[in-house]
Amino acid sequence: MTIHRHIGTAAVFVTLLVIWQGLHQLAGENALASPVETAVKLYAMMGDNDFWGHVAETSYAFVMALVIGTVAGISLGIVLGVSRLSSQVAEPILINLYSIPKVTLYPLVLLCFGLGISAKVAFGVMHGMIPMTIFTMNAIRQMKPVYLRSSRVMRLTPLQTAWTVVLPAILPEVFSGIRLGFSLTLLGVLIGEMFASRRGLGFLITNAMNLGDTQTIMAIAVLLTAFAVTANAGLVLLGGQGRR
Amino acid sequence: MKPDAWIRLLVVAAFIGAIELLCRTGVIPYAVMIPPSEMVVELVAILRSGEMTVDIAATFGNVVVATLIVVVLGFVAGLAIHAAPWLRLSVEPLLASYYSVPTFMFYPVFIVLFGIGSAPIIAIAVLLAIVAMITATLNGLDRIPNVLRKTARIHRMSRVSTALLVELPAAAPYLFTGVKLAVAYCFIGVIASEFILSGSGLGYEIAYAYNNFENRKMYALMLLVLASVTLVNMVLNTIDNRLQARQRR
Repeated sequence: MTIHRHIGTAAVFVTLLVIWQGLHQLAGENALASPVETAVKLYAMMGDNDFWGHVAETSYAFVMALVIGTVAGISLGIVLGVSRLSSQVAEPILINLYSIPKVTLYPLVLLCFGLGISAKVAFGVMHGMIPMTIFTMNAIRQMKPVYLRSSRVMRLTPLQTAWTVVLPAILPEVFSGIRLGFSLTLLGVLIGEMFASRRGLGFLITNAMNLGDTQTIMAIAVLLTAFAVTANAGLVLLGGQGRR
Repeated sequence: MKPDAWIRLLVVAAFIGAIELLCRTGVIPYAVMIPPSEMVVELVAILRSGEMTVDIAATFGNVVVATLIVVVLGFVAGLAIHAAPWLRLSVEPLLASYYSVPTFMFYPVFIVLFGIGSAPIIAIAVLLAIVAMITATLNGLDRIPNVLRKTARIHRMSRVSTALLVELPAAAPYLFTGVKLAVAYCFIGVIASEFILSGSGLGYEIAYAYNNFENRKMYALMLLVLASVTLVNMVLNTIDNRLQARQRR
């Protein structure tokens, strides 16, 4: 079954490449770089020290945002999830926060944090944190009540209960939340860099867009997609191990 | 209203009140944020003057068109993927990591393909939202109880009438969740494209006001976007909850 699956995924990749090449033929040389051109460009960029500086900038902002978002999101989810009332009150607010176009709030973030890396990190956290809170909260709501009752019988402190009882019980759902939060944090950081930034991959994209340099755009798109798909697969593996 | 709804109203009101107080007392400087009450006043003035009507109509028009395309295309794609399990196995890992690809970077490509104007913005919104609709369709088709199909067979219903009279109503609540997400993502896609890339619409006007230090206008427009999206979401959520509750009966 797994071999079939790998063949299938490979087939999908090949199909995407064929569509890409087709669009390239259709739209013309200047509109969309072909897969081969993109690969050559990506290889050339990999040899450029300047490029790695931009990658480092984005990675740093992304890792910071992910760590802050994960810790804050899961903690908030646990705090809100333990009481039935607080989770009922919070859920519609969180879902609404999740679905508003957060980019409209970016000027506010820039005014609060200034132009620079902290604004990007804050924007990434805004994107990634909420789904993790929602997943954690709902997981606790669906947890068997006997777990909490036993922890009370054993007179665990709230912190001990959270760490040794609640967190292990909800780990699979938390991992689903982290997977979604991971993607959205990356999206948030990149959007932050695309608007009002002088460094990072998002800036490179905006710059290339203004220059009409589709080779660079597609090269970065391929790099980001490869990173996202690989990281997602890794998180799935990790989450699967937590389920044992 | 139920007690949790009252508490929620209270929490939101307290939050807005706290911001108002912090702004009025100068803890939050006027240059960073204007008090919420002034945002409302400014928004009413802008709406009265009609200077934004064209942009507002453009943004909402784009969202409506994008949502319609997403719902139809996503549903059809979901049906096709559901019908071919081998395809599904290979596509699903890609769907799961889809959201980390910033779709906005394909804007120049869309400009060449569709020309300047609304079409590339709609294309980006569709690209951003369609996976949610596909996933919801797959989920809905998975959740149709087999006993319903068996009953349809006992009644000797044709394939078409089974699909329309049995399967579609059974999957409807899940499909509606997809529609709800499609609306939210289309709003995000349209406004973010306007904000970063385009030269018209509400998103662009907010970015333009930010770049020109027109804070009052910027906050009024932000309020307009957030309030209208919240309103739309609340209506859709209410319908969604009703459908889900009916399912559970």
